[in-house]
Amino acid sequence: MEALKLTTPSDREIAMTRVFDAPRKLVFDAHTKPDLVRQWLLGPPGWSMQVCEMDVRVGGKYRWVWRHHRDGTTMGMGGVYREIVKPERLVVTERFDEAWYPGEALNTLVLVEQGGRTTLTQTMRYESREARDAVLKSGMESGVKASYDRLADLLASPSQATR
Amino acid sequence: MNTASLDATFAALADPTRRAILARLASGQASVTELAEPFAMSQPAISKHLKVLERAGLVSRGRDAQRRPRRLEAKRLGEATRWLEPYRRLWEGNYRRLDALLEQLKTKETKWKP
Repeated sequence: MEALKLTTPSDREIAMTRVFDAPRKLVFDAHTKPDLVRQWLLGPPGWSMQVCEMDVRVGGKYRWVWRHHRDGTTMGMGGVYREIVKPERLVVTERFDEAWYPGEALNTLVLVEQGGRTTLTQTMRYESREARDAVLKSGMESGVKASYDRLADLLASPSQATR
Repeated sequence: MNTASLDATFAALADPTRRAILARLASGQASVTELAEPFAMSQPAISKHLKVLERAGLVSRGRDAQRRPRRLEAKRLGEATRWLEPYRRLWEGNYRRLDALLEQLKTKETKWKP
């Protein structure tokens, strides 16, 4: 598996870089076709994608909603397509239904292909440093929650716990 | 760890030379001369990088007054990476699923080719 590199290029940004063993046309498709997006963009264990609507054209909107299988909690977000350069660049706005960080984010996806492999760089730019830090901190909380969920699953199936 | 010091740590980690210096110090303390050796850089340039790392709390100076060896402050490095780790894990999960999906798509594409 390729390593995911995470950096903070400025005080308002988070950037992720990851190499995929596939041409960028396919990586781009996986980000712009709803039937493909809903197969991988799931977040922590226990969540599934309930709504995946995407009107992929400049000015078009997208809307995603996830649901937690255990307690039925839903989490929704959406935004607008700002730039679409197939198969190399995608710029969208991002806003969550329940604002857990202030304002809106601007997400830029850049795909560079070399020898049939694709380097993906996803940069999230927030309105303030406070907003960016809130995102990183929430990652910590949801990460802890995901660990407890897995522990709960393990305890619920004794055969696995004693193995 | 407060936001301001975390920013200093992340800024310090954003440079490849500084990450290489930290990697070298992870295997034991070293003087500025020893640290400069593997890099195509002057000692003053290395000292500048070390100053950034010291300000970020990632590197400290040893007791030996003559050599003034630098050593890694592993605790601070751990604090910074712990903060990012769950976010990374979340996306690693997503991207692992994307890997599997891309494999399927590649197989489909080759099948369709005449």
